[in-house]
Amino acid sequence: MDLINNLSIGFGVAFTPINLLYSFIGVLLGTVIGVLPGIGPLATIAMLLPATYALPPISALIMLAGIYYGSQYGGSTTAILVNLPGEASSVVTVLDGYQMARQGRAGPALAAAGIGSFFAGCVGTLMLAAFAAPLTEVAFKFGPAEYFALMVLGLIGAVVLASGSLIKAVGMILLGLLMGLVGTDVNSGVARYSFDVPELTDGIGIVAVAMGIFGYGEIISNLGKHVDEREVFTSKVTGLLPTKEDFKRMIPAILRGTGLGCALGILPGGGALLSAFAAYTLEKKTKLKPGEVPFGKGNIRGVAAPEAANNAGAQASFIPLLTLGIPPNPVMALMVGAMTIHNIQPGPQVMTSNPELFWGLIASMWIGNAMLIILNLPLIGVWVKLLTVPYRWLFPGIVLFCAIGVYSTNNNTWDIWMVGIWGVIGYMFIKLGAEPAPLLLGFILGPMMEENLRRAMLLSRGDWSVFVTRPLSASLLAAAALLIVIVALPTVKRKREEAFVEVD
Amino acid sequence: MKIKSQKDFFSGLMFMAVGTAFAWGATNYNIGEGARMGPGYFPLMLGILLAAIGAFTIFEALVVETEDGERVGHIAWKPLSFIIASNVVFGIMLGGLPAIGFPSFGLIVGIYALVFIAALAGDEFKFKEVLVLATVLAIGSYVAFVWLLKLQFPVWPSFIVG
Repeated sequence: MDLINNLSIGFGVAFTPINLLYSFIGVLLGTVIGVLPGIGPLATIAMLLPATYALPPISALIMLAGIYYGSQYGGSTTAILVNLPGEASSVVTVLDGYQMARQGRAGPALAAAGIGSFFAGCVGTLMLAAFAAPLTEVAFKFGPAEYFALMVLGLIGAVVLASGSLIKAVGMILLGLLMGLVGTDVNSGVARYSFDVPELTDGIGIVAVAMGIFGYGEIISNLGKHVDEREVFTSKVTGLLPTKEDFKRMIPAILRGTGLGCALGILPGGGALLSAFAAYTLEKKTKLKPGEVPFGKGNIRGVAAPEAANNAGAQASFIPLLTLGIPPNPVMALMVGAMTIHNIQPGPQVMTSNPELFWGLIASMWIGNAMLIILNLPLIGVWVKLLTVPYRWLFPGIVLFCAIGVYSTNNNTWDIWMVGIWGVIGYMFIKLGAEPAPLLLGFILGPMMEENLRRAMLLSRGDWSVFVTRPLSASLLAAAALLIVIVALPTVKRKREEAFVEVD
Repeated sequence: MKIKSQKDFFSGLMFMAVGTAFAWGATNYNIGEGARMGPGYFPLMLGILLAAIGAFTIFEALVVETEDGERVGHIAWKPLSFIIASNVVFGIMLGGLPAIGFPSFGLIVGIYALVFIAALAGDEFKFKEVLVLATVLAIGSYVAFVWLLKLQFPVWPSFIVG
């Protein structure tokens, strides 16, 4: 069997003591930073990225995957305990998770999230391994027109799932695409929008952008609020493990959530977010057993199902990244940035030219998930303690780590100035109610889109119809158009707004 | 004409300004044609699109009623200026300002400067507490970044270690 063969290569790479150690450190750091209130997964990954610079590529990727899972889980923890969703996909976890925490059942809620994520992660990894090879075959059939169409679909998908104003989200994507174009144009060698600054000819660093917007911008916005507006954790945690009754209820929910996550997660855009929403809606539709707490009041199924779906979806979102090299969401966009720093260009060629790295990474995802559960079930008490660290001790540390981290990217103070500038811009975005996450996605996709557009048009001799005459590209674009039409329909529009309101 | 959503109005203004600037900048580069796109083609397209989206956002902000006017609200000048200042000072301490001959003071001095300035952004400032925090972060960073990760930093002031 190819699959088993491949996975054994992967585990052979990942199961060395040193790589296990890196995975462990990654998960630990990711969780520790991710748990801190007000720091979402994006800021966590951006902050910890420099810690991997000194490592060889495989170890660095393994550690990054660990950081990614750790930060995701850390995000769920703050969602449950402090009512503070670090990112959009843990928004639904808040609904029942925080209610459970308020009733003193934070332990079972965290355990449900952990177990749900672990199970979903295992299934997701298997699926990733099974689908990666055939999908890579498909990827080689993709021409530039198809890549361009796929990126359009991905960007539209990300917009549709963003909360808030559609039109502003489109604007933010375009803004990101344009920012991504700053620097030397690969085709002509012209330095675009660099104002004769030598550092700008290399383009704007994604790490500086992410740290500025999601680190500094958030901090400034948080400090601008009055103390009582900030969410703090007050309740006590007693009884860490779920009861037998809890297990009986959450197991079917986890199974349903995983199924949904695997199916929906592969969609470009925000697979993880969509699957979490869908899973919660599905649980709400199923009948309550006698004696069960209603949804929104602390039902354990309302935590387990979306968390499982979220994690399965997150796993599945690695599929387009690894096979096509296209990041489906902002977190993955940051991962692309990280891989590029380690001189790995994600895409179909990675699997053939560097199978150890490819399968090692996939194996390390499973290991990361396993580490997470080993680390977190016994350490829930410690995470809870971390949440009580006052914000006035936290934020100077965050500012410091961002500044140190970004400096070490190029050993150049230029990047420190860039974080500062992006911090101001990020704060402005928050003030204007313009969601910055789509910008990051556009930022990574900008140069890729331009390159593929140019090549497609060169091959078609300037004929724009190439995008609709090639069946694959036409159907991808049709799907994108359909998404826009569906969202613009009055009934759906209202439903969408209701869904986001309900969640707020 | 009344602005019905301040947030959208200014977002639209921002989109229009940036879009126009990029589109105008693109005209300085070779635009080319469909089959042979120059470096200006794609940014020109995107810039025009962004400006159009901005115009539409402004139009919506002036026409569509909102409940509370979606005001931008006050700007938190104090945290904004102290956080950014701490960042800038840290950069200067680390790299110095060669243009005016200001020497590099190194990582450790930089950390103390950053923590003290950043802490001023918060609601309360207790000198002793901040001192302890800065010391902990300085030692922690030295161990983590210089010892363990072996990242290259000027650690001490350049006029002392030379």
